[in-house]
Amino acid sequence: MNLVKKRKVKNIIALSVSVFAAIIGLFWLVFILSSVLVKGISSINLSLFLNDPAPPGIPGGGLRCAFVGQAIITVIATVIGVPIGIFGGTFLAEYGRNKKYTAVISSLADMMTSFPSIVVGVFVYTIMVRPMGHFNGYAGAVALAIIMIPIIVRTTEETLKLIPWEVREAAFALGAPYYKVIKDIVYRSAITGLFTGILLAVARVAVETAPLLFTSFNNSFLTLNPNQPMPSLTVTIYQYAMGPYKEWHKLAWGASFVIVLFVLVLSILGRWIISKRYGSE
Amino acid sequence: MENKFYAKDGLFKSLSFISALVIVLICIAMFTVLFIFSYPAIKQFGVIHFILSDAWNPVKKIFGGAGAIYGTIVTTVLSLIFAIPTSLGIAVFITQICPHSLKKYFSNAIELLASIPSIIYGMWGLFTLAPIMRNYIEPFLQKVFLPIPVIKYLFQGTPLGIDLLTSGLILSIMIIPFISSIARDTFELVPKELKESAYAMGATKWEMIKDVIFPYSKVGVLSGIIIATGRALGETMAVAFVLGNDHNIHLSLLKSSTTISVTLANEFTEADFRLYLSSLFYLAFILFIMSFTALGLAKFLLKRIKK
Repeated sequence: MNLVKKRKVKNIIALSVSVFAAIIGLFWLVFILSSVLVKGISSINLSLFLNDPAPPGIPGGGLRCAFVGQAIITVIATVIGVPIGIFGGTFLAEYGRNKKYTAVISSLADMMTSFPSIVVGVFVYTIMVRPMGHFNGYAGAVALAIIMIPIIVRTTEETLKLIPWEVREAAFALGAPYYKVIKDIVYRSAITGLFTGILLAVARVAVETAPLLFTSFNNSFLTLNPNQPMPSLTVTIYQYAMGPYKEWHKLAWGASFVIVLFVLVLSILGRWIISKRYGSE
Repeated sequence: MENKFYAKDGLFKSLSFISALVIVLICIAMFTVLFIFSYPAIKQFGVIHFILSDAWNPVKKIFGGAGAIYGTIVTTVLSLIFAIPTSLGIAVFITQICPHSLKKYFSNAIELLASIPSIIYGMWGLFTLAPIMRNYIEPFLQKVFLPIPVIKYLFQGTPLGIDLLTSGLILSIMIIPFISSIARDTFELVPKELKESAYAMGATKWEMIKDVIFPYSKVGVLSGIIIATGRALGETMAVAFVLGNDHNIHLSLLKSSTTISVTLANEFTEADFRLYLSSLFYLAFILFIMSFTALGLAKFLLKRIKK
């Protein structure tokens, strides 16, 4: 009897430890989000979005230039990264379906999604910033695109593989060439998945900091020319948070608030689309 | 008409092939570029000497990577020590304890931790966590551990909150979702019959978890841990805020240090002569090799389970 009791007690202890671990996990999430949201919301006002940075000590500065720079860099990265990612994923799932080297490329892409992003920054610095002679927004965009491509390749490959092979065969039987099958049948049935993959990839790279440090660098003026050093929200947060001024910290919190909100909305939206589309299985 | 189709199909095929090849090209190009640019430093300092020497002195033009490599490894190990038990507990909770209707929400909430940007972890670490560590947790740890011989060397120094311990803690929060989601997936793969036969033998839930689920899914969990290691090795912004930038090796966890990625972030744009820059490339090259090995190993293990 004593032994049974001991085992039951052990059972209860072990399960409570597991519940405790779950509470710790949730605790960190709530702790981080709430402190960013609470500290950030007091810095949210119109001048954050409409004004450029003011010299320390003068009130009313904002981060307009960083918002604009971030948007431009992200858009260019998306324009480079999405087509390559979608085409690459298409090759892995369709034309190169059963080939050995396809599996290698797919594994490589998978590994690249967890790659240290700062190394990507160093790499782009050598291939773009050094030859061009100055930091520039294009280099930042290329660095982000390099991070984005493997993510989209993988999600595209996975999504396309979910489309039943018979659907393609039906189209082949009507005499359609492969590219038409992919374009009109496969893409059309996979569009939600593809879109979600792009959404999550954009959400992921738009908030990267490390690859931008040595590529687009920073700048405290509004610039629309990606051939110049471009400010970005994340690098600005880094610089301001490490800086000595109270106003800078306040702006950094405000920018963090915006970034966190952006990421939360995009990733919850992405998950929602996925569960709506594929949740019924 | 048919010819046009063939031509278009060929075009589409080559376009997609080239796009897939971009992945391989990027990998090869990264390896080559990092190697070429770090070559002067490799020639000057050698491999073993660079890895073992912690002399990082731009003024005397002597560089050794040991300080940064040590910091990288210590923060990663610390983060694993904190994260592995927590993540396994979370995975057990999700698969075995959580009511079915809450399962999805809870795992989504844990995975949200992975989508919080690293810069936010850094900000939060610097302004929220570091003061808490400095004022409450680290003095407490010193009170407990300083009287104990040997272990006391890990907790010496003035608690500043900007140190290895805080960095390890932040990294652990970042990697929890990676380990717990892979552990959860492999726990779900355990066949129902095995679990039921354990229960039929009169096992308690914990005995079933310990003796059926854990042994069955150890390879999957291991690969999750290795992926998390790869993440922790290369993480930059989250630790850049709370680690300081000190190339000397201290035994104490309450001292500031540096990692490879933090060194790169802090010094890359300031490197003003060739050997300095080349040494930084050398560090980046080492980081590249380290994370490539870790991620490759994880990939290999995951492939094995799927078979």
